[in-house]
Amino acid sequence: MNRFALVGLLVAGSAAIALPVSAKPLNYDLPEETATLKPGPNLDVVQGNCGACHSSDYIQTQPRGPKFKKDFWQAEVTKMIKVYGAPIKEEDVPKIVDYLSVTY
Amino acid sequence: MTTREDAVINRRGLIKGSSALAAAFGPLQALADTVTLPIGNGERPIVKYPQKRPMIGLTSRPPQLETPFSVFNEGAITPNDAFFVRYHLAGLPLDIDPDTFTVEIKGKVNKPLKLKLADLKRMPSVDIVAVNQCSGNSRGFFEPRVPGGQSGNGAMGNARWRGVPLKAVLDQAGVQAGVKQVTFNGMDGPVLETTPDFVKALDIDHARDGEVMLAYQMNGADLPFLNGFPLRLVVPGYYGTYWVKHLNEVTVIDTVFDNFWMKSAYRIPDNDCHCVEPGTAPKATVPINRFDVRSFITSVADGAKVKAGELTLKGIAFDGGSGIKEVAVSTDDGKSWTPAKLGQDLGRYSFREWQLPVKLAAGAHVLKARATSNKGETQPATASWNPAGYMRNVIEAVHVTAG
Repeated sequence: MNRFALVGLLVAGSAAIALPVSAKPLNYDLPEETATLKPGPNLDVVQGNCGACHSSDYIQTQPRGPKFKKDFWQAEVTKMIKVYGAPIKEEDVPKIVDYLSVTY
Repeated sequence: MTTREDAVINRRGLIKGSSALAAAFGPLQALADTVTLPIGNGERPIVKYPQKRPMIGLTSRPPQLETPFSVFNEGAITPNDAFFVRYHLAGLPLDIDPDTFTVEIKGKVNKPLKLKLADLKRMPSVDIVAVNQCSGNSRGFFEPRVPGGQSGNGAMGNARWRGVPLKAVLDQAGVQAGVKQVTFNGMDGPVLETTPDFVKALDIDHARDGEVMLAYQMNGADLPFLNGFPLRLVVPGYYGTYWVKHLNEVTVIDTVFDNFWMKSAYRIPDNDCHCVEPGTAPKATVPINRFDVRSFITSVADGAKVKAGELTLKGIAFDGGSGIKEVAVSTDDGKSWTPAKLGQDLGRYSFREWQLPVKLAAGAHVLKARATSNKGETQPATASWNPAGYMRNVIEAVHVTAG
């Protein structure tokens, strides 16, 4: 479960109380990531590339259905490379697109 | 103790894939672990983060959390622990010491500044109640569907922000002549060096309008970490993309900023409806800017069963800063409309509550609310579409069965 490591935090709703000028350092603990990719072809390639920058729920929550297959995922992978600078090897692109189209 | 949880929270597996049964359950005894938004592939985990109550989880790295919709029925102000969370890049500044934190004011200024939080708190403060709404709030309802964060209606919130006007710090730094924009960068950043850092820009006149704020407090408390602790930009009436979190760099420039986040992302069709024919691309685009006008019924959930007879409908409305002039309510799927009574006016950037007693005969009804802003904008009867899934503001329909 989550660890709370928040010190000196003022609780919401305590309006009108003057804030002290200084507060304690804040160390925020993000909960553990639990979402995982479904089994499928080239799962390791997908994990290695996509998982470097974002959790798998980015993939899982996208729209599903016949309109969201190869072309949709090809466009997403291209966006990750061209726009977000993902260093995905050219030979991995079809593997990733294939996994995503077949699995989601 | 039981708490009122979102009306559409499911017990796993029990009503998976259906939102229609939602309101029948009433208060839950224990924390349910999933919710199903009324969209295709809409199952989401209920997640617990430090400083937050159980929220609808969209993504975990970086975190994106949606406010359970029932929260909006509890008052015009969204509590800090229920306020939505949206990051773009997974490099989060997890250790922040507010005593050593500084925000730099630099670029085309006569006297660059490095201000500590204490420096800002010594300056005259201002308060403003303002809605923050994600550009892609409600994207999941776009039809045809579009890629991106598949939010329901919970990527919005309304808070009382306290801080110093950006104008005050810009004046202190002395803005040089001939400048065009101010850019804003926060401590969060990309995982890879090749990913464009999240930096946003406002025109200089907007930045100096006296309302854009460097906020260090939200609803009377420090900002929650996930909402930008210890300092964030507040841009009243504008979409959340400009409300840069963990703000530590303010740079005055004499050009129009053209990074990915301004030039390619967060663009809307350059026409009155900010829309195009579904499936087509806009010919010209502009950076997303002010909210369009929206309203919601908050007191009954879509698919709810209610008692036949008298019922007071409640909800909220807001726009990009002209304020709400009228909210009209229909109980017959939009055939006839009755003005609702508006609640307390917390300012023209705030949620405005409304309520209206109605009578519902036994049977099925489609309830609708339609807001009109002071500048005369109203909500469309049919949803407009754009490829990025921004700015949804169609008149929402709430289906209920009275019995």
